[in-house]
Amino acid sequence: MSERVLMKGNEAMAEAAIRAGCRHFFGYPITPQTEVAAYMSKKMPKIGGTYLQAESEIAAINMVLGAASAGVRAMTSSSSPGISLKTEGISYIAGSDLPCLIVNVERGGPGLGGIQPAQSDYWQATRALGHGDFHVLVFAPSTVQEVVDLVFLAYDLAEKYRMPALLLSDGLLGQMMEPVSFPDPVEKFAEKPWAANGHQNKRPHNIINSLYLKPDELERTVVERFARYAEIEAAEQRYQEYLCDDADYIIVAFGATSRVSQSAVDTLRAQGIKAGLLRPVTLWPFPKDAIRAHIPHVKSFLSVEMNMGQMVDDVRLAVEGKVPVEFFGRTGGVIPRPSEVVEAVMKVAGGDR
Amino acid sequence: MKDWNFVFAGFGGQGILFAGKVTAYAGMMEDREVSWLPSYGPEMRGGTANCSVCLSSRPIGSPLVLEPNALVVMNNPSYDKFIDTVAPGGVAVIDSALVDRKTGREDITVRYVPATRLAQENGIAKLANLIMLGALWKATGFASAEALQAAIQKVVPPSKQELVELNWKAIRIGAGG
Repeated sequence: MSERVLMKGNEAMAEAAIRAGCRHFFGYPITPQTEVAAYMSKKMPKIGGTYLQAESEIAAINMVLGAASAGVRAMTSSSSPGISLKTEGISYIAGSDLPCLIVNVERGGPGLGGIQPAQSDYWQATRALGHGDFHVLVFAPSTVQEVVDLVFLAYDLAEKYRMPALLLSDGLLGQMMEPVSFPDPVEKFAEKPWAANGHQNKRPHNIINSLYLKPDELERTVVERFARYAEIEAAEQRYQEYLCDDADYIIVAFGATSRVSQSAVDTLRAQGIKAGLLRPVTLWPFPKDAIRAHIPHVKSFLSVEMNMGQMVDDVRLAVEGKVPVEFFGRTGGVIPRPSEVVEAVMKVAGGDR
Repeated sequence: MKDWNFVFAGFGGQGILFAGKVTAYAGMMEDREVSWLPSYGPEMRGGTANCSVCLSSRPIGSPLVLEPNALVVMNNPSYDKFIDTVAPGGVAVIDSALVDRKTGREDITVRYVPATRLAQENGIAKLANLIMLGALWKATGFASAEALQAAIQKVVPPSKQELVELNWKAIRIGAGG
C-alpha cells in the first residue's frame, strides 16, 4: 500500500485504474467526470499507455470494445448523458462476453439535466445499460478509498466472469478529496485464451462477435450467460451493515446517500430510535440475501436515494411484501440533509407508536 | 480533539480552495478523518468559490457542510450567504478589508481580520488566504502547529518549496505573531 494522500475521487479512480493495469483509456469530457480523463491524459503517455479523446462517447465505447477484444484492461468514463450514448456499445460488449471498466460519475437528469450529484441512473445501470438480455456488474463506492478498492475488484470480477463492470460514482464522490492509499500495482493478469490478439498460426483464430442470426443459437448463448449471472448472484452480493442487528428501522442507501444516512442513524440512535444502515456495495448483483436476513426483526425498510425512488424497487423485490418498504429522496442534484433523513425515519416510526 | 466542520468562501482566485486543502491535510497529519468538498459549477475567475472541510474522530457522514462551526469568508456575497448558517457557539473569521458588513450575531465568536490589506503591507499579496487560515487556527486551534506546518509542506508542490516559508509567514501574521 502507498502512503496516504489527499485526492479527489475522480483522480484517485484514474490512478487506481492505472495501478490495476489499465493502459487503454478512451473518453470524452463531461462535467463532473472530466478529472478522470484529464488525469489519464497526463499519466498515460508517461507510462506507455494510450489516452485517446474520442470524437464522441459512441466512438470511445467502441474503442473499448476493440481494446477489450485484444484482452487488455480497457476503460472509459463519462457522466449520465454521455453514458446514455455509450449504451449501444455496452450492449455489444456484453453480447461479446468482454471484460472492461465503465465509469459513470452521475449528474442530475433526464436530458442534459444538471451537473450536480445525483443517483438517478440506478435503473439504467441495473436494468438497461443497453438493449437485449444482459447484466453488467455494478459497483457503488461511498468513499474515495472505496472508489480505489472497487476499481481493482471491478477489473478482477469483469475478467473472471467475462462481462463489463460499471463503477457508479457521482459528482459528490468525484469532486471531494479524502485521504487514500493505493494497493501495489497489479503485475500478473489472468490468462485470456479467448482474446483476439494474434494466433501466430499456433491456435485456431478467435472471433469476437455478438451477432447470432439463428434464434436457437442466440437463445443458447443468452441462456448460458444467464447461468453465469446466477452464479454471480449467489457469490458476489456485497454490502456493508451499520447497527443493523437490533434495528427496528433499516435505511438502505448506497454511495453518497449512505454517508448522509449514516449521520442520520447516529442522530436517531441518540434519540433512542433503533435505526440501522444497510449499504449495498454491489447494485447488481443486489444484496437481497442481506436484506431478507433482517425481515424477521425490522418494522420497516426505508430506501434513501438521490432520485425519485429507483433502488426502492429492488428492496421491495427482496422483501416480497413481508414488511413495509418506504422511500425518501431528493433529486435534480440536491443532496439530502441528514436531518431530512432523520425526519423521514421518524415519520415511518410515527405510524408504529 | 474537537470535530470541525468548516466552510471557506470567497472569490475564485483568492486561494479559498487551497486554504481548505491545507486545513484538510493538517487533519490528515494527525490521523483524523478528513474530507474536502468544493462547490463546482459554471464558475469563473472572479466568481464565488467555496469548499466544505470536515475534521473528525469518526468516519465523516455528509461531506457537505451546511452548518459550519467555523466559517472563513473573504467577500461580501459569501458573507451574506453563509453568516447565518454558522452554528451557535461557532466561529466566523471575516476579511474586513473586503467585507464591509458587521454581524449582529452574539451567539458566535467573530474575528475581523483585514487579511487582504495585511498581505499587501507584508509583500505577500497573494497569501491573504493563509493569513485568514492563521486567524482561523488561532481562533479554533483545529490542529497542532506541527501538523499545520507539515500540511503546508505537503500542499506546496516540490518545485515551489521556497513558498513554504512564505506560507508559514502568512499563517503567523494571521495568528498574530
